[in-house]
Amino acid sequence: MAMTFDEIRTQAVSEWEALEHSEKPRILIGAATCGQAVGATAVLEAIETKLDQHNIEAIITQVGCIGLCYAEPIVNIIKPGRPHIYYGNLTPELASQIVEDYLINDDPRPDLALGTVGDSSVKDIPKFFELPMLKPQVRVALRNCGLIDPENINHYIANGGYSGLVRALGMTPETVIEEVKKSGLRGRGGAGFPTGLKWEFCRKSPGTVKYVICNADEGDPGAFMDRSLLEGDPHAVLEGMLIGAYAIGATEGYIYIRAEYPLAIKRLKVALKQMEEYGLVGDNILGSDFSFHIKIKQGAGAFVCGEETALMASIEGKRGMPRSRPPFPAQAGLWGKPTNINNVETWGNVSAILQRGGDWYASYGSETSKGTKTFALAGKIERTGLIEVPMGMHLREIIYGIGGGIPDDKRFKAVQTGGPSGGCLPASHLDLPVDYESLTQAGSIMGSGGMVVMDEDTCMVDVARYFLSFTQAESCGKCVPCRLGTKQMLDILDNICTGKGKPEDIDLLLELGEQVKAGSLCGLGQTAPNPVLTTTRYFQDEYEAHINKQQCPALVCRELISYYILPDKCQGCGICLRECPSEAISGGKRMVHIIDQSKCSKCGTCLDVCPTRFGAVAKVSGEKVSVPKKPIPVTAPKLNTGTSSQSSKE
Amino acid sequence: MITLAEIDIKEQLNEILSHYSGRRDELIPILQGAQEQFGYLPLEVMLGIAKFLRLSESTVFGVATFYAQFKFVPSGKRTVKICRGTACHVRGAPRILDEVEKRLGIKPGGTTDDLEYSLETIACFGSCALAPVMVADDKVYGRMTPTKVGQILGDTK
Repeated sequence: MAMTFDEIRTQAVSEWEALEHSEKPRILIGAATCGQAVGATAVLEAIETKLDQHNIEAIITQVGCIGLCYAEPIVNIIKPGRPHIYYGNLTPELASQIVEDYLINDDPRPDLALGTVGDSSVKDIPKFFELPMLKPQVRVALRNCGLIDPENINHYIANGGYSGLVRALGMTPETVIEEVKKSGLRGRGGAGFPTGLKWEFCRKSPGTVKYVICNADEGDPGAFMDRSLLEGDPHAVLEGMLIGAYAIGATEGYIYIRAEYPLAIKRLKVALKQMEEYGLVGDNILGSDFSFHIKIKQGAGAFVCGEETALMASIEGKRGMPRSRPPFPAQAGLWGKPTNINNVETWGNVSAILQRGGDWYASYGSETSKGTKTFALAGKIERTGLIEVPMGMHLREIIYGIGGGIPDDKRFKAVQTGGPSGGCLPASHLDLPVDYESLTQAGSIMGSGGMVVMDEDTCMVDVARYFLSFTQAESCGKCVPCRLGTKQMLDILDNICTGKGKPEDIDLLLELGEQVKAGSLCGLGQTAPNPVLTTTRYFQDEYEAHINKQQCPALVCRELISYYILPDKCQGCGICLRECPSEAISGGKRMVHIIDQSKCSKCGTCLDVCPTRFGAVAKVSGEKVSVPKKPIPVTAPKLNTGTSSQSSKE
Repeated sequence: MITLAEIDIKEQLNEILSHYSGRRDELIPILQGAQEQFGYLPLEVMLGIAKFLRLSESTVFGVATFYAQFKFVPSGKRTVKICRGTACHVRGAPRILDEVEKRLGIKPGGTTDDLEYSLETIACFGSCALAPVMVADDKVYGRMTPTKVGQILGDTK
């Protein structure tokens, strides 16, 4: 029963190698939440059906997210003795075709492949990790995501897993803290406090009962780094927690995770059970004097619980409201005992640091921000996904190099980092290095890693209103500046977006914003004004257009835009009339259609469905288009309207 | 008079409570378990939980109403969720939400009178590559348009 770690590792390595050198073909499918959302399950079923039909025995493994969200569902097919081949954008039909073409007929289908991994190469297929999206990346926290079976602890151990814990157990707690300090690791939850120092405070705090908490309450909209890491490699995080607990002297730990992440919770439960079987959690871990127990606590849908004092109140079964500090959690945290809280990604880095050394980790990154950082790249960008890059990389390289730039030849307008607590940075800041200090100086924050790209069709006033409506709704109400200040700011933004803004509003927003920042109790309020402050700073002209001309230059703010059907272009085909959900369009066959502005809900459907070669629907702001009062016969030269059932844009 | 339904609720609640020891920090897990069982938190369940944990009723309500997860009225048979994440927002989620609100005649958090549909908004599904995203009957629909809303709700109705 009680195996030594060397025995466990030998067993894990032989299992892994047997798999690597398997005589059977292997199929790895990305089945994290995002993969499943785009149909990974159906793709998997199609593959299984096809394999059954041909009586092919294959080893199928569901893996986590490799980070190329734009190409999901992704499948990796490994034929014995051949390089791995990744295929992307699969449908069930394509997947079953690939099984037939490649596994049976030996045609690797380069037209459908993304890339290969392995020593040899395949004609016309690039190397997977040389792809523009992957090449600049350095995967530390995400080192195993998408490559191993997250529900098999042996896969983790065979790839170096838990060797960091074993190393730590052979060191004194103080030397472990020194090692983490040497790595330069700072909190990846957003604030960037040096991790080693945080541990040291807690270690030195008097008391026999201490707690370690993993903050997995990833609440920022547009952020999914922590979910992906927990779904793809839960042991990396758990090993980090064990190391932290040993260094601090804690015997109990909690993982506070959003209930919205059922798959991550399941993976954690499976992982903990396997750790128990190997004696990696519980009493006398790996035969040492070190004991540590981990419990999972599910959040209940309150953004503010990402704040550490609120999180601890929530674990205690109370309303998740923050309290003033000091005392800091390191002095008096959970149930008044010294407590250390780190975020998922921080823990995932800790295990790598102890496995490979603090110096190795510190060799990546910039002067003040060492190591790597994960980002969830989303919005108006060609290649959305989950990435990990060395700190200090310029925004331009992330957005254009890794992300492939803006789709549809649109112009880049802004990148939003740090979620509702961060800010929007304009094109003039594209050469900003991504590190804690540079982002803060520019008015944004590193945050947990959300990175949403915006193009010319995004209204920055609307974006500011969007973020503020989020923080205002999530404000717990305990302190006045946050509770009332965000509400006042939101009211002003609502007015501006609906054309009721006043010239003095911008100054008032700035004044309120500075006060909310200075006077709020916790990080939620202290950062809530950032989206407003950065957009007024970098995009003041947009605010002024809304206020002074009742114009939304990006044509987003509903009250300030109108749709018109252009009489000289309308072919009278009737598609918009049929599709209009508000029944606001009148017309007839070969008659110029007209939108009744009083009925129009401005949903934009008419613009979406009007065939592009007619281009007869115009969206305008602050101008009027003259149209007839009622439908008149079409005057535009006749174009082929196509089939009458045609209802989508070509 | 005690109805059969009330006895039933009591029994089911007791079964949930039997897994707990009565400590204060068990409140949220118990509320979560009860909501999973009943679909919402009926009044008698809330009172039963307060008694079990020896907390005041106002404390239990205070905690439960603080968290967005807990509901105090029954939900519809089908739930439509609209993602309001940043990526969805810049790709047109408000248009999708408007269309669903109009079709179902309810606002987020509401349920249709026939208890058929509930409408919710979610901060972020993390399926940002598919923005804007809508979930109906636990099926994820990506790259939504107002027209697709009609097709999907028409299908499920």
